[in-house]
Amino acid sequence: MTLKTEPITINIGPQHPSTHGVFRMRVTFDGETVVDLEPIFGYLHRGSEKLAEERTYTQVVTLTDRMDYVASMTNNQGYILAVEKLTGIEPSPRGVWLRMIAAELQRIASHLVAVGFLIQDLGAWGTPLIYAMREREKILDLFEMLCGARITNSYLRPGGVFMDAPDEFWPALDILLADLPQRIDELDQLLTNNEIIVARTINVAVVEPEAMVNASITGPMLRAGGVDWDLRHRDPYDYYDQVEFERPLHTASDNNARYWVRLQEMRESIKIVKQCIERIEPGPVRPPEVPFLVRPPAGDGYAAVEAPKGELGFYLVSDGGIAPYRCHVRAPSLINLTLLREMLVGGMVADMFVSFGSIDINMGEVDR
Amino acid sequence: MTGLNLLRALFVTMKNFVRAPFTVQYPDRRVGLVGAAKAEGKSPLGLIRNNPKRAIKAMAMLATVPEKVPQNKRFRGNEFTWLETRCTGCASCAKYCPLGIIEIVTHPGGIDVQEGESYGIDVFDIDIGRCMFCGLCVEACPYDALHMGATFERSTYTRAGLVIPVDELRAAPKTPSSWFRPQFEERGFNPFEEQVENHHEAGRHEQPTPEELRQRWVNQR
Repeated sequence: MTLKTEPITINIGPQHPSTHGVFRMRVTFDGETVVDLEPIFGYLHRGSEKLAEERTYTQVVTLTDRMDYVASMTNNQGYILAVEKLTGIEPSPRGVWLRMIAAELQRIASHLVAVGFLIQDLGAWGTPLIYAMREREKILDLFEMLCGARITNSYLRPGGVFMDAPDEFWPALDILLADLPQRIDELDQLLTNNEIIVARTINVAVVEPEAMVNASITGPMLRAGGVDWDLRHRDPYDYYDQVEFERPLHTASDNNARYWVRLQEMRESIKIVKQCIERIEPGPVRPPEVPFLVRPPAGDGYAAVEAPKGELGFYLVSDGGIAPYRCHVRAPSLINLTLLREMLVGGMVADMFVSFGSIDINMGEVDR
Repeated sequence: MTGLNLLRALFVTMKNFVRAPFTVQYPDRRVGLVGAAKAEGKSPLGLIRNNPKRAIKAMAMLATVPEKVPQNKRFRGNEFTWLETRCTGCASCAKYCPLGIIEIVTHPGGIDVQEGESYGIDVFDIDIGRCMFCGLCVEACPYDALHMGATFERSTYTRAGLVIPVDELRAAPKTPSSWFRPQFEERGFNPFEEQVENHHEAGRHEQPTPEELRQRWVNQR
């Protein structure tokens, strides 16, 4: 006698603890195999792009904090670069170095969260996640020193940053940079060759590099497929052309490769921060002639940064007023999600959330 | 699949097991007799003699001491510090607030504390239930009258309790955070220990010259 199985459709989310936010998937299973999947989002839509049309250019910085709330600094950076391109403001060198330090620290923090939650999705509840969060707390402490907030920073302003780093910031940064490589090595030792993790992640949810390029996927997910595309290297913004760093590449394009690329990128970020500390010079952090109410000429500008999740772009249209006429955000989380169906269909239920977590999305950025 | 790497991973967790804890048991932590005595600056015997009730509680592991992570001076907290004598009622803060949550009602002809005329303030309400503590109001204040506060523990049972009325702003302790206030940072003002006594102290001074900035940089590194 053969058992007859019937496909069953289940709604996962939007209030599911494993969906990394309010994300909903309508999944059809045949036994333990995923046969069809439909992502549904929009549950965290707050209309940030529309709200930006009614706020001045400085006030919009506070909105960008809340898009990808795990990596506020890089969000600020992308937006500020777009404003500077639109207005032609020449930023102060010290401000630029400071925001590069902040952005690279934020990249480490965001990758720590990504690695920690990836392992948590595998079922290792607690230990690696708590280790990763502990290191992230130390970085957030530095952000509190810099700008008084831990998550919603609002640190950057057109032309640089709003205030110079306090005196106690530099020794604290040195301590962190001396400590962090050991902690990353520890994570490496804990996870990379771990038999359970290797068995669960290698050759799971493989995406072809051609498919990723066609879907315009960016960030660590693309680099895990062997495509050497990093905006810091390909289209350097700020002073990234003056620092040296490597771009870790993996060719497997599976869950393990995505994890590995993130782990290596943290080490590269530490290198970049160290170079920034050597290169930073005293001076004003913001050109004094930049007014509080920026009023750019009519026109448009697009600027993109390599956010921890991928290419984060801001497209601003100005009609000459104090507020943007239109603000569009190219959110990497949203675009990286477009291959979700190809990644998950044919896989198992248990691997579904691991693959989903390996994209490293943030619902605040997907829905904006 | 030898399992050797699992053992290496377990070695990492063992190393972390014996490491000093990083967690802070906010808002309070259970202590024994020694911990309770240490928190009051006494010896355990002294605590038993002076405060036997608490000593018994501590021996039963029921006594607690408050515990908190030290905050930074730039912390953007919610008890706004407002110096009425510096405020002219220009409502720049209300204008620059991205959410429009500051309500100001003035009447003409107040006291002249600055050069020029200032307004008398009738209403200065901040609805911190909707505030996101971006600090743009503080950045916009041209007279350094409004500062971010240094605390964050303000919880109430009603939404109305989250509106800071003008009387409360007047009476609140003047513990400004040094967010966007370099004058506090330069003289090492610590809002967790001291208060601003005189409204002249809160004013912005001359910007440091590039030479001074350079010298400070040399001293730091």
